[in-house]
Amino acid sequence: MLAKRIIPCLDIKDGRTVKGINFLSLRDAGDAVENAARYSQAGADELVFLDITATVEKRDTLAPLVRRIADRINIPFTVGGGIKSVEDAYKILDAGADKISINSRAVREPELVTALSYRFGSQCVVCAIDVRRNPIFDSEDGEGWEVYLDGGRTPTGIDGIKWAKRVEELGAGEILLTSMNHDGTKEGFANNLTRRVSTSLSIPVIASGGAGSIEHFEEVFTSGCADAGLAASIFHYHEVDIMDLKRYLASKGISVRL
Amino acid sequence: MIAVVDYNAGNVRSVLCALERLGAKAELTCERDRILSADRVIFPGVGQAKSAMVELEKRNLMSTLKEVKRPFLGICLGMQLMNAFSEEGNVDLLSLFDNRVSLFPQTEGVKIPHVGWNSIDVESSPLFEGVGSGSYVYYVHSYYVPLSPNTIARTNYDGISFTASMGKDNFYGCQFHPEKSGEVGEKILKNFLTLEVE
Repeated sequence: MLAKRIIPCLDIKDGRTVKGINFLSLRDAGDAVENAARYSQAGADELVFLDITATVEKRDTLAPLVRRIADRINIPFTVGGGIKSVEDAYKILDAGADKISINSRAVREPELVTALSYRFGSQCVVCAIDVRRNPIFDSEDGEGWEVYLDGGRTPTGIDGIKWAKRVEELGAGEILLTSMNHDGTKEGFANNLTRRVSTSLSIPVIASGGAGSIEHFEEVFTSGCADAGLAASIFHYHEVDIMDLKRYLASKGISVRL
Repeated sequence: MIAVVDYNAGNVRSVLCALERLGAKAELTCERDRILSADRVIFPGVGQAKSAMVELEKRNLMSTLKEVKRPFLGICLGMQLMNAFSEEGNVDLLSLFDNRVSLFPQTEGVKIPHVGWNSIDVESSPLFEGVGSGSYVYYVHSYYVPLSPNTIARTNYDGISFTASMGKDNFYGCQFHPEKSGEVGEKILKNFLTLEVE
């Protein structure tokens, strides 16, 4: 059985792990390489690193840091933030990342998704999508979602569900779906949103935003149909132990790697 | 010295990093002499079968790889290329094994590529010494090698049982990525680094 994946996310600024609430007010959460090694040993299935300041501050992404991470960990990892071209992506993949993630740039330059997929294979290309509820896009189940860019600062007027389908067509191999309404709240994932996206696409969906307890992961894997669940603060601050979480999921009949 | 075959395939860095963590001395090379004199050969690969075969031909590597007498391990696309034919680009392969590489059938609700951690059922083989059935390994692929008499580990993905690993003489292959498969993967790589062929 293919296992559901548990993915700690490390938001990176200047080589340090940081965590914000609703995309704002950053707190330091430790050295990125040390955190990566700790998660890898603690049972994480995969890691995601997002350079959250890269798009806004136009900084280059973190090839030397990626290299140090690749030297240390033995599980797959994704790096995103500020990737603007095939060459940018090449530097990150060559430094040892398994996948790259793009977000704002995919909206501004959709053909980049196709170019990355063609050059490196769709399995390397994760499209991160940040959405916020907006009734303008309401559908039959009463939940409309709008795509936001630039770390949640810029609304686009684009329907999040339609955009997810579009990036699959463009060549994305996976979607990292974050509900800004849920992010940082610890009140659970956006299960309806996740299910709508996951069941309408044939590529895996990583649910992100809102994890506060082990039960929230159970919900996102069952009612949310997510392929993977991503969280940051509950892992950084040791509120949830990854192996305890996985044992709990296994006891509920959910396939996990133990 | 471990020769890691350089043919412009994606992400060999993770294989080199994994070997370094295990204390093995590895060299990325496409030189015939280096490959044939290496203690072991690793044939990695992420990419597309047809363009990979073009790159191998450009470097005159096809006959070199077939001549290797020391332990040889193909990983992911590397393992697929060791077979006879791939539906990915409809291309003839190295024919070290007589299998046809096929695309996972497109069925409703089944996600392709097969990405993530899946469990293996292993048969007795020096490559899987100390690795039990039910162990999880990391996969990223859309094409698969069917089961054959050379299968030494199998995985089931949504009803299709396929070759997770295969072996014949000095030639071994893993469809999964041992370099990304945590401690289980490290054990498999360690086994490869110490196994001997008759």
